[in-house]
Amino acid sequence: MTGDQLSTTTPELGVRRAQLDSVALADEEYREIVRALGREPNDLELGMFGALWSEHCSYKTSKALLRQLPTEGPNVLQGPGENAGAVDIGDGLAAVFKIESHNHPSAIEPYQGAATGVGGILRDVFAMGARPIAILDVLRFGPLDRDRNRHLFQGVVAGIGGYGNCFGCPTVGGEVYFDPAYTDNPIVNAMCVGLVSHEGLRRARADRAGDVVLLVGADTGRDGIQGATFASVEMDERSASRRPAVQVGNPFLEKLLCEACLVLNELEGVTATQDLGAAGLTSAASELAYRGRRGIDLEVDRVSRREHGMSAYEVMLSESQERMLVVVRPAAEAAARDVFEHFELHADRIGTITGSGRIRVREGGAVVGDMPLKALVDGVPSRSPAVEFADKHPSPPMPSIAEPEAILLDLLASPNLKSRRPIYRTYDHQVQDNTVIGPGFDAALLRVPGTNKGLALTTDGNPWYVALDPYDGTRAAVAEAARNIACTGARPLAVTNCLNFGNPDRPSIFAQLQESVRGLADACRAFELPVVSGNVSLYNETSERNILPTPVIGMVGLLDDLSKRCPAGFQEDGDLVFLLGETRDELAGSQYLQLLGARLKGRPPSVSLEMERRLQSALLDSIAAGVVRSAHDVSDGGLLIALAESALFGRRGLKCPNVTGAMSREAFFFGESLGRVIVSIAPRQVPDLQRLMVHHQIPIHAMGVVGGENFQVGSDVRVPLDTLRQAWETAF
Amino acid sequence: MRTGVVVFPGTWSDRDCGHALGDVLDQPVDYVDYREQNLKGLDLVVLPGGFSYGDYLRCGAIARFTPVMEAVTAFAAQGGLVLGICNGFQILQEARLLPGALLKNASCEFRCEWVHLRVEQSNSAFTVDCRPGQVLRIPISHGEGNFFADPSALERLEQESRVVFRYCTQDGQSAPDANPNGSLHNIAGISNVRGNVLGMMPHPERACEALLGGDDGLLILQSAIHAWSRVPA
Repeated sequence: MTGDQLSTTTPELGVRRAQLDSVALADEEYREIVRALGREPNDLELGMFGALWSEHCSYKTSKALLRQLPTEGPNVLQGPGENAGAVDIGDGLAAVFKIESHNHPSAIEPYQGAATGVGGILRDVFAMGARPIAILDVLRFGPLDRDRNRHLFQGVVAGIGGYGNCFGCPTVGGEVYFDPAYTDNPIVNAMCVGLVSHEGLRRARADRAGDVVLLVGADTGRDGIQGATFASVEMDERSASRRPAVQVGNPFLEKLLCEACLVLNELEGVTATQDLGAAGLTSAASELAYRGRRGIDLEVDRVSRREHGMSAYEVMLSESQERMLVVVRPAAEAAARDVFEHFELHADRIGTITGSGRIRVREGGAVVGDMPLKALVDGVPSRSPAVEFADKHPSPPMPSIAEPEAILLDLLASPNLKSRRPIYRTYDHQVQDNTVIGPGFDAALLRVPGTNKGLALTTDGNPWYVALDPYDGTRAAVAEAARNIACTGARPLAVTNCLNFGNPDRPSIFAQLQESVRGLADACRAFELPVVSGNVSLYNETSERNILPTPVIGMVGLLDDLSKRCPAGFQEDGDLVFLLGETRDELAGSQYLQLLGARLKGRPPSVSLEMERRLQSALLDSIAAGVVRSAHDVSDGGLLIALAESALFGRRGLKCPNVTGAMSREAFFFGESLGRVIVSIAPRQVPDLQRLMVHHQIPIHAMGVVGGENFQVGSDVRVPLDTLRQAWETAF
Repeated sequence: MRTGVVVFPGTWSDRDCGHALGDVLDQPVDYVDYREQNLKGLDLVVLPGGFSYGDYLRCGAIARFTPVMEAVTAFAAQGGLVLGICNGFQILQEARLLPGALLKNASCEFRCEWVHLRVEQSNSAFTVDCRPGQVLRIPISHGEGNFFADPSALERLEQESRVVFRYCTQDGQSAPDANPNGSLHNIAGISNVRGNVLGMMPHPERACEALLGGDDGLLILQSAIHAWSRVPA
């Protein structure tokens, strides 16, 4: 933008063009604001509208699509629209969970961007009254041979650990992939799961006029101002100058805030708690009051500040972390204050709930902002950008391989498949004493404290399949997440999702989003899985390069009896290994083709949700009946990789002398056909397994026998287990 | 045996210690606020892991000035059992109840993983149920567990047999590659002269149930119970 443009005004709009740009509002959106107010907004009001009408806060480009998602089910206690979703897990308990993106801040300042991503999602969960029990992180980076990508990778991993470890919530899972499309634009999504009794489940709905509004936790500073707007535009070389839009985290303070909120939750007379996240006080106050169909009056002078001379604009739009709004009956104010005092935290009485339906901001006794909440929270016009669907290309002919053993070792050592231990061992994954299966396997499994139940948690999203076909790729992600949950013996319960896409103003990108959401909706319906929370991150475009479409599925499952849990690694020498499910001649989108440097082209592995459901039922029945000793999902890298992983997990060799499929050796070894699981069983259980698979009509394929020092498949692959491990444990 | 688990601002292993001692070992447990000045009626005081005061300034440096630490110092002087785990160990050093310092891990990274510990002596109150040379499998979870002491202090610790645990291989060798953090002499835990105060970086409270991967930590907590029951009241 030139200096000339900065000073130009658009007379018709009555506002400086630069001001509209700085809050990323379109001309017609501005006209809508003037209509809603019946006048021109002042600077503060324009800033508040800009933040709440940003893509990040308003979902204006995605909300029409998101209506397709199934959000109800018999277990659902809270669907989308609150700080997090909640499902019933029996025993009077609820699992509360959500996933959220922090891509843009992490691209600029990776440590703090990732740290505050974790902090934000933790607050979403304890705002619901739940104690956070697990964190999972979904990460995507450009290749690490570029120093900028390495800087982002190291910063993000350190930030996640730095925050979660200090806070005391275990990081139990997640995934990380690398692709050139994420260069300079990493994906950082954090999911948090919490537990609360049904009665303790709290909503952020201020529905009683006269209630007192307390701002608790950290002081308010100038950090993160207009962060929501920043997260709603594409990035370029000037983005580094947006560093002030990135917040700085204080996990110690968050820990105190969490403990205080959990104590507060036991008090009588607490109406609502609401986390301050994107768009800070503006969003928290407006949403609280609007959800309760009330109004809110705020006095910015009463907000404790970190620095002098902050304007009302800065106070209302600061995204300083570790803050929470608490709404209490006047009679409960003193007791609430005592709680925060015990934890040595501020509690500023900054306003009251009114019956006005408006948000009124006062400074020095004067009203400096006054807006109808309906317009502010819900008035942004939906956008439906143009779409342009990509042609679907058939899969190209497959290259054949001479040395499957070398390919296996190269794949095991490749960035997308090698052991994640160097990452997750920097995260505390055990604190709280509930981690039964930690990171590195199909799904994490946590004990539900005080019960014999387990919660299985996973995140999934193969971006290459989605790039090849957004609809099928997203259905595949749901299917894989459910399969990962089922491999532990747990039944999938519900879904949260984070939709990371490029710039939706490009028709091809909006088409990806549209198809992906349709796939998500169809798959969740087919599996009868409600979507109880989620987040959309658009404009993941850097200097006109867009990320791969990256919808991420977070899933929670329930295991009724932890003693029936199923590990992923081989358990006993002499056990027999079987492949459940059907292998097809499919290689497009595979890690194998990536390794060979082939272009991303063709059809992704085909998805049959009906077959997938049968497979998972068959697997769950087998595990429940005690037939199966280990189960591991066949996914990235294909069959050979899955077998190798089960051998590595279990520290046991494998002998599969005569395995072949009815397709090319490449597709059989390295194809990623969906709906497959590797199981190991005691020899005497073979008839039981066969019977169960016949019953569910699932093809079963004998692989070999567990044991020995080698990993041996067919006549081509014979590798000492130690060599396999060396490849797999290649450093990042 | 009545246990007090001290809760500083930022402590997070308090509930895990309470779970291990209370739910698994069925002992009465009280949570003790950092402002408490009275430890009457307690037989064992646990300073649990976590990030007291965010580990700001230096791990344990602020917590050691809290009122409860004065009480813990007096309690230890009277022979009361004190177990400092992870951040609790750091606090005990800052409070000068144990010698040495815990530096940043040699890897410069936080490490959460299962390690093996060799029990060096069974005289401390926390190892009376163990055999010298016994190997325990217990997790660590810290960024600053690299034990350091100056040469004379280190020599004294060794001479007085106050090194209670050393990082070792699965078969009990205290080899360099079994050392997860760069600690001098592979030291994972030390006691005071009397043996009633133990500081250790690994987390025994995380190793009390086979369901969670192992229960060797029980030996340490049960040792304390047995040591206490032998002390005439």
